[in-house]
Amino acid sequence: MTDDKNDGGDVRLTGISKTYGSFTAVHPLELTVPQGSFFALLGASGCGKTTTLRMIAGLEEPTTGTVFLGDKDVTDLPPYKRPVNTVFQSYALFPHLDVSENVAFGLRRRGIKSVKKQVDDMLELVQLGDFAKRKPHQLSGGQQQRVAVARALINHPQVLLLDEPLGALDLKLRRQMQLELKRIQTEVGITFIHVTHDQEEAMTMADTVAVMNGGRVEQLGAPADLYENPRTTFVANFLGTSNLIEAEVVEKSGEDLVVTAGGAKLKLPGGRCSAPDTSGGKILVGVRPEKISLAHKDDEGSIAAGRNRVPGRIVDSSFIGVSTQYVIDSPAGQGLSVYEQNIERDTRLVPGAEVVLHWNPAHTFGLDAAQAIDAGVEKVEDAA
Amino acid sequence: MRWLRRNVIVIAGLATLAYLILPNVVVMVFSFNKPNGRFNYSWQRFSTDAWKDPCGVADMCGSLSLSLQIATWATLGATVLGTMIAFALVRYRFRARGAINSLIFLPMAMPEVVMAASLLTLFLNLGAQLGFWTILIAHIMFCLSFVVTAVKARVMSMDPRLEEAARDLYAGPVQTFVRVTLPIAAPGIVAGALLAFALSFDDFIITNFNAGSTVTFPMFVWGSAQRGTPVQINVIGTAMFVIAVVVVVAGQLVANRRSNSAKA
Repeated sequence: MTDDKNDGGDVRLTGISKTYGSFTAVHPLELTVPQGSFFALLGASGCGKTTTLRMIAGLEEPTTGTVFLGDKDVTDLPPYKRPVNTVFQSYALFPHLDVSENVAFGLRRRGIKSVKKQVDDMLELVQLGDFAKRKPHQLSGGQQQRVAVARALINHPQVLLLDEPLGALDLKLRRQMQLELKRIQTEVGITFIHVTHDQEEAMTMADTVAVMNGGRVEQLGAPADLYENPRTTFVANFLGTSNLIEAEVVEKSGEDLVVTAGGAKLKLPGGRCSAPDTSGGKILVGVRPEKISLAHKDDEGSIAAGRNRVPGRIVDSSFIGVSTQYVIDSPAGQGLSVYEQNIERDTRLVPGAEVVLHWNPAHTFGLDAAQAIDAGVEKVEDAA
Repeated sequence: MRWLRRNVIVIAGLATLAYLILPNVVVMVFSFNKPNGRFNYSWQRFSTDAWKDPCGVADMCGSLSLSLQIATWATLGATVLGTMIAFALVRYRFRARGAINSLIFLPMAMPEVVMAASLLTLFLNLGAQLGFWTILIAHIMFCLSFVVTAVKARVMSMDPRLEEAARDLYAGPVQTFVRVTLPIAAPGIVAGALLAFALSFDDFIITNFNAGSTVTFPMFVWGSAQRGTPVQINVIGTAMFVIAVVVVVAGQLVANRRSNSAKA
């Protein structure tokens, strides 16, 4: 069943969709995951990312479309005949088997008799050599997680599917496991498809991130590309934080687009605007909080020419060590975020102070104003 | 006084334990009695006569063997059917699932005498010959609800992802069931089976109604109690009790050793 496992090949989903009754979990989807890549499916809960993963695993039958592994159509193959293994969110370790038998499970099912060497090597890879005879419930969350990875990887799958594998771990352990998984992926060179709702996790680990929302892929690209050039408000807000300002297009001047927002004149590179740039048209202007610098109103004169500038007043500031985060109200928009590195702190920048926000126009992007401005903003109840 | 206050829980516990065990002790002690006359109701003197000749009473061992056979087959039938029902009820959504869920409890809730009489009516109307088969059918029927309840509790606490994980790891449907589902559900299934065996073995009312001329062990004890109680009844009772205790203790030991070796 896995004769072709070493041929590898890309994972290709063509026109794949899943509907439950009248609910569409995944809209027809085209997705290619290149062989050997670390690919993340990122989105909030219920966006269809896990369903997509389960369709690749064979645990869910697609309503339409085809799943290809390399050149092979595996759409109709049951999960136990696919050269694909999954690391489940709850780990799903077999409670009645010890660690080494859990890891050996896949090998034994394929009729491989002498598994000891392989199991030992695999446990060594995930640094659990001393725990072979323990039962899963005697292990910590992080150890269970590594057993789950070992149990899947030992089969040398063509693709390893990870369904929120770090969701149950505390923050510190999660960071550690992110690096660990990345190391393992580099070492074994298998294609990893990683489902997560944690944008930082996706950006840290993956070569390519597909941001999903409402059963659709909103945008796909390298983490830095997604972060710098979001094409929808959802991506802009879901990946990190964005300041989105409603603006009106004034004119095109050369490469740049000139817009007004709350009386301020702003420029952005025309190539970074995904909205129609007709004069008088509405767009959303976006800029990341860390790209913005703050100057006290009295120092306005010292700001270099050619920078975008917006006046405002500090509403709130919070000191978080490496940086200070400010919330600023301005005529252009309420509640703008600015992150300032704590290099030289200006003691005048306290709540109530009048300030000027300024940034390099090249760091500005434009979005279609027809979308909800707060799509993908993390709500308090989602944060947990 | 202070001593009493400090140990009140222990004393209460021991008293409760004594309350539970005393009847069994009486059965055991009187299995070594040598009664004057036919009734084994007052202590006379110590003797192992009954133990040396447990089948010395006419027909008793025949009825005992019949009861064991019925209990074994009833346990097997009820456990297999009950396990399948429990899985169906927990794992699948189908029409009338809620109704079936409550119907399963009916045999538990129905007064046994009423059920016994109704069953008899049913068998008579069907023209069935009363005997081994009618008893067996009746036993499987009332054991079923207990097995379903025991297994259901276990299946409900099982993560369905475990079976998905097995399928993902190259186990086909049969392998998944044998290697993962069954071992994990086993404690519930065993509990249900033991319950079914115990219920079937000592059922009197339903059996008495539907046995025809067949005599099971509980029926034999009841019948002989009219005319005199042979000591051998106590011998069998004691033996059953000891076997049950040994099985339970052995089970505990095996479980302990397993978890100990896992820790080492």
